[in-house]
Amino acid sequence: MTPLAGCLLVSSMLFAIGLAGALTRKNTILVLVGIELMLNAANLNFVAFWRFGPHTGASTGMIFGLFSIGVAAAEAAVGLALILAVYRHTKTTDLSQLTGGQR
Amino acid sequence: MILMSATFLILAAITLVGACAAMMLRGLVHCALAVAIAFAGLGTLYLNLGAQFLGLAQLLVYVGAIAVLIVFVILLTRGGDSDSPPLPRAVLPLTGLLVAGCIFAVLAWAVFHSFAVHPAGPPAAPSTVRELGTVLMDSYVLPLEVIGLMLTAALIGAVIIAMKEKQDTQ
Repeated sequence: MTPLAGCLLVSSMLFAIGLAGALTRKNTILVLVGIELMLNAANLNFVAFWRFGPHTGASTGMIFGLFSIGVAAAEAAVGLALILAVYRHTKTTDLSQLTGGQR
Repeated sequence: MILMSATFLILAAITLVGACAAMMLRGLVHCALAVAIAFAGLGTLYLNLGAQFLGLAQLLVYVGAIAVLIVFVILLTRGGDSDSPPLPRAVLPLTGLLVAGCIFAVLAWAVFHSFAVHPAGPPAAPSTVRELGTVLMDSYVLPLEVIGLMLTAALIGAVIIAMKEKQDTQ
């Protein structure tokens, strides 16, 4: 297994874990954590392709990863603020109660 | 074929175990701490791959800011003591796990069955912070400014969303 394949495998495992958490957990905060894990998996792909890719010398992958971290930080801040606003109105962070489905 | 180094395997195991624990533990605060471990493992993985600045930025932003933010929101919503069981026996979580497993299977199949278009050349030299800053200020200055503007707008928007409303007119 080449290092690139190992990195991509770890990244896809991280993506699958985050996706499973975002799909199965009932708490909105944990769904957001799962989305963060998926974003981090994409970041690991950027770093892996920068490190083992054909264009050595260009730091494009690192720059893209840096911007991705910035976007993820903004997303986390806005998402957590939305969770706080929803909690203030409904007094719950449970997704199954927020949709008005099973109580 | 170059084999994986032992440090890479250890760091990847730490990251994956932290992520699994964050998604499977019952208590919310435990989940936040586990996800901090996963973020730290990922940052050291970047350091191991030679991306020094990115690894340190990951440690600063994720472990230092986002994990603390998650803990703050957990404490503000007072959800730290109880939570629904992590994987209740129902149809929906099983479907979610199935979808995630299928996607992982497809990704792993693609990784193992793809052929290298370019021969694996020598690994990229780790770029120093100096040349990273030069590139960032030279050819990527417009995306940098856009990111700065977007971060400012997002933080102002987050404060406005989370601000307590003055009079609630129902």
